[in-house]
Amino acid sequence: MAVKKEKHPMPEQDPKERIKNFNEVPYGYSKETAIEEAKRCIQCKNRPCTKACPVEVDIPDFIKELAAGNIDKAVEVLKSKTALPAVCGRVCPYENQCEGKCTLLKLGEPVGIGRLERFLADYERKKGVKKPKKAKPTGKKVAVVGAGPAGLTCAGDLAKMGHGIVVYEALHAPGGVLMYGIPEFRLPKEIVHAEVDFIKSLGVEIRYDMVVGKTITVQELLDEYDSVFIGTGAGLPNWLNIPGESLDGVYSANEFLTRVNMMKAYDFPHHCTPCTVGNVAATFGAGNVAMDCARTALRMGAKKSYIIYRRTEKEMPARNEEIHHAKEEGIIFKLLTSPVEFIGDDKGKIKAVKCIEMKLGEPDDSGRRRPIPIPDSKFSIEIDTALVAIGQSPNPLVPQSMKELVTEKWGNLKVDENSQTTVPGVFAGGDIATGAATVILAMGAGKRSARSINKFIMSKKSK
Amino acid sequence: MYPIMEKKKLSENVKLMKIEAPQVAKKAKAGQFIILRIDEKGERIPLTITDFDRDKGTVTIIFMEVGKTTKQLGTLAIGDKLLNFVGPLGLPSDIENYGTVVCIGGGVGTAPLYPIIRELKKVGNHVISILGARNKSLLMLEEEIKEYSDEFFITTDDGSKGHKGFVSDVLQKLIDDGKDIKIVWAIGPVIMMKVVANLTKKYDLKTIVSLNPIMVDGTGMCGGCRVTVDGKIKFACVHGPEFDGHKVDFDNLMLRNRRFMKEEEHACKIAGVKI
Ligand SMILES: Cc1cc2nc3c(=O)[nH]c(=O)nc-3n(C[C@H](O)[C@H](O)[C@H](O)COP(=O)(O)OP(=O)(O)OC[C@H]3O[C@@H](n4cnc5c(N)ncnc54)[C@H](O)[C@@H]3O)c2cc1C
Ligand code: FES
Repeated sequence: MAVKKEKHPMPEQDPKERIKNFNEVPYGYSKETAIEEAKRCIQCKNRPCTKACPVEVDIPDFIKELAAGNIDKAVEVLKSKTALPAVCGRVCPYENQCEGKCTLLKLGEPVGIGRLERFLADYERKKGVKKPKKAKPTGKKVAVVGAGPAGLTCAGDLAKMGHGIVVYEALHAPGGVLMYGIPEFRLPKEIVHAEVDFIKSLGVEIRYDMVVGKTITVQELLDEYDSVFIGTGAGLPNWLNIPGESLDGVYSANEFLTRVNMMKAYDFPHHCTPCTVGNVAATFGAGNVAMDCARTALRMGAKKSYIIYRRTEKEMPARNEEIHHAKEEGIIFKLLTSPVEFIGDDKGKIKAVKCIEMKLGEPDDSGRRRPIPIPDSKFSIEIDTALVAIGQSPNPLVPQSMKELVTEKWGNLKVDENSQTTVPGVFAGGDIATGAATVILAMGAGKRSARSINKFIMSKKSK
Repeated sequence: MYPIMEKKKLSENVKLMKIEAPQVAKKAKAGQFIILRIDEKGERIPLTITDFDRDKGTVTIIFMEVGKTTKQLGTLAIGDKLLNFVGPLGLPSDIENYGTVVCIGGGVGTAPLYPIIRELKKVGNHVISILGARNKSLLMLEEEIKEYSDEFFITTDDGSKGHKGFVSDVLQKLIDDGKDIKIVWAIGPVIMMKVVANLTKKYDLKTIVSLNPIMVDGTGMCGGCRVTVDGKIKFACVHGPEFDGHKVDFDNLMLRNRRFMKEEEHACKIAGVKI
């Protein structure tokens, strides 16, 4: 039988309905569809998908089990390499990773690897997650700073090896960006909680309200623990640096998303944190964060939601699925357009953004064609809210609190090939070491660091 | 969870609480602040630290009941617990022996000023304190501050106690009298800090102000607390809360502090509290 050229479609909420709620957009595969999709995999010998996966999930192997209907076994294979499959099955940029290298691309669409991963993780969660076997306690203790994907993965792996782990988190909730950044309609918080509960069931303790560098220092952690892992992420918002950026109604993506997601401003005043968007919102940038902002603005009541981006669709860094969903929901894309000034009313509230049209010139260092302003092309758009989503830099709080921790050009912590920082015994990974990247890369760094930390602490005397 | 160990009413809508938070008390320094959240549905709000007791593990906060969260906080009793209490956040005050310092507190701004006065005195400064309020019933911490002050003044808008007028009148007089003032701390309503900073600028007299913008995380992640200082964006939660008063854009701060005024009123109405 010839292989079906397209992925099996995944049922989704109707765009007209979903912009009025925060429920997850896709419903996921049924068991039958998942098995049918798994059968599309031709089990090619050179396994390009696994090679393209940052944590080297044995993709053909779990698909093979799934195709044969051995769902529990498929879950086991999947989970032996990834700690957060329900998360990755929703937010990974598959098209640049596993699916981007799938042999089936020569024929048509790749195997829906992301959708299969998501199916397996959801199947297992509904059934009740099996607790993995733990190694004998080693008596060693490690402090993990930050409960984002990097920190949680590192903590989970070290706990499985038998070490005692305490996670220090600045906020009142775990998950990092998974909790405060990525919206409910893309990653339900219930899933993040389930993944965190699993990690806690391994014996990991999470202490909230602990701002490392303020409430407790890295040095104090080093005195108490055998090793320290820093996974504090890239939480520092970048600004456009144009006039009017301090006006009322201009938010960083982080502030806007944190208010809505973590503080649940969509349920104001029942939940006490306010956040308003008015009738017209404009988001600046075109990555995942920008798509999240523009789509959240719609759900917060905006009648019109713009994405304003200085390059073209081809250069947009967001995942294909996000761009596709944003378009379906009626987000208006103003491409080759760059903001030059925010204009306020007499009360200091934003009322418009002045923009300039751009064209693409020669490629820059990043290989993308550089946008150049077109003279005399300025125009204004009336808006009530501006959401600045042009990227985040590594959070400087921890590096600044300990001068022995050396940082590099973008403020990221300098680490060696074993993820060790310039302070012996202190390791780092995720966005704090790489600059803003992806969930799967942060997880991969957490895993590699756990291996390095294990080696490091097993070769010295316990504290 | 962080239990309330003590509660006192200082004036009509100003309350003092001691909260048990040993990890914060251990590290707290004058000039820093905390962020608290009352319960699962609560907002995260910043409050400056008034005092701390490292032995008992308590942190003292003083707040005016102005919005939904501070009003709700005011209704809590001894033994009730706060869900979150994070800190100490921000940079501590630069405490050193400057010589003669003037410390000006307006309204509840007097609360965060108290530990600064105490520390400045301890390292040997000649401390001149000026406390201002709309009327006598809104003055606070008079006795405590007097204890650490070499000279002590009170002003009230209505003349019900001390000098009738503004804190800046007393400061102007001190300058006119030729006092060798090295530095001024001014903490209070934005308009008061602005007036003081404008006055001292004429004499090139260094002035520190403590800013109180709306915050969310308090760790430099959201940028909601941004203020314009010397024409540049600064985050009050990590670069502040204290800044050089001659460089702060106070008008922008006043605008940004009104960001959620309408929503706050709405929330108070629904919750049945008066604003
Ligand atoms: C809105 C948004 C959408 C995104 N969408 C995608 C997507 O679709 N796909 C994808 O792959 N990636 C996406 N990303 C990127 C991805 O979320 C990050 O790369 C990833 O979360 C990084 O993980 P991390 O563990 O390094 O850091 P974070 O997730 O940032 O976690 C860091 C944690 O450390 C805590 N912390 C910080 N400072 C301290 C301190 N001093 N003391 C204690 N704790 C501290 C923070 O509170 C936080 O909990 C998105 C990011 C955002 C903001
Ligand atoms: S409160 Fe969020 S950055 Fe300061």
